[in-house]
Amino acid sequence: MDPLFEFLLRQGDNTLVLGHRVSEWCGVAPALEEDIALANTALDLIGQTQMWLGLAGEVESAGRTADILAYHRDVWDFRNLLMLERPNGDFGHTLLRQFLFDAYQVPSLRALQASSNQRVAEIAAKALKEAMYHLERSRETVLALGDGTPQSNKIMQAALTELWPYVGEMFINDAVDDEIAARGIAPAPASLHPEWQATVMAVIAEAMLTPPESDFSHKGGKTGARHTEHLGHMLATMQFLPRAYPDARW
Amino acid sequence: MEKASTDQVWEWLDAVPDPEIPVISVVDLGIVRAVAWEGDTLAIAVTPTYSGCPATSVIAMDIETALRGHGVTDLRIKTQIAPAWTSEWLSAKGRARLESYGIAPPRAAGGPDRCPRCHSTAVERISQFGSTPCKAQWRCTDCLEPFDYFKCI
Repeated sequence: MDPLFEFLLRQGDNTLVLGHRVSEWCGVAPALEEDIALANTALDLIGQTQMWLGLAGEVESAGRTADILAYHRDVWDFRNLLMLERPNGDFGHTLLRQFLFDAYQVPSLRALQASSNQRVAEIAAKALKEAMYHLERSRETVLALGDGTPQSNKIMQAALTELWPYVGEMFINDAVDDEIAARGIAPAPASLHPEWQATVMAVIAEAMLTPPESDFSHKGGKTGARHTEHLGHMLATMQFLPRAYPDARW
Repeated sequence: MEKASTDQVWEWLDAVPDPEIPVISVVDLGIVRAVAWEGDTLAIAVTPTYSGCPATSVIAMDIETALRGHGVTDLRIKTQIAPAWTSEWLSAKGRARLESYGIAPPRAAGGPDRCPRCHSTAVERISQFGSTPCKAQWRCTDCLEPFDYFKCI
């Protein structure tokens, strides 16, 4: 498989799967302002997906559009991080996952602005502005809830403990990453770890949270080798309409 | 029919309202990036404000409808994402109209300097997001009215 196509799927599937998960809060968030904020975050992520998967379709040159890639692939063809496909849990859990991803996406997009691939650099420049805005909000929310009441702190600590075994997958290099880095398209994921670590450790300490000691990491999402059982259920909801009514238009 | 000058086309486009903030035009918003004749085809380059902004396709449709109304039959609207849209492209006229409509215009400082209704400087943020991707929610602690702030990106 073409490493560039694979790389673009990884970008687009991360934003698609997280965007869909975040959109599940629409109408049921704990406050109207939070509901609107989550829906807007989801919208940005889905918009970024259109750009990444649109370009992936062009690179593949097999006639697949962003919509076809989003709605007509099954679980094993998805290339998103496992952390992003897991169910939302409570509001604090959702915002902590968002923070852990935002703190990775911002340095990743910033570096991609210098990509040797002009189209990748353009998408990154567009998406970076949105990602920085997301990071500002998720960071503030994690601080407010972590360093909030004993109850909110307990909820955030539980979320951190549950999410921690999934963060490592963001920084694992594989053969695709090596090839993409060698071509100057994107930096190796491992090179993004120091900045992520600095951002995250400072915030969780200030939020009175403690990261688990183990650095064990689940993996298999971005290679597609082993997704969790949750992704299939999510896709069943997300893909139902275009699969059941392939010619639907609105 | 004779081809309209590009100045004329810009003028027509300046009368096409933004579908979600109808007091400003698509030109005021800074999303029309280029107008040019390519042979007999009028090419319009439009850039989205936010990558997922649902108004983008409506805007393209509104532009096409307006230009067809002025007799342009051969036109092409292309979406261009680079350079990425910035709220700095909002026109001075657009900024003034936003404020008189009750939406505080974007500022580099990251927040409004005054309430668009009573002009008090005692304002506070309610939420970083609002009713459209380009706005945040603020309130005035003097007149107590909530208001939209056009995000600065």
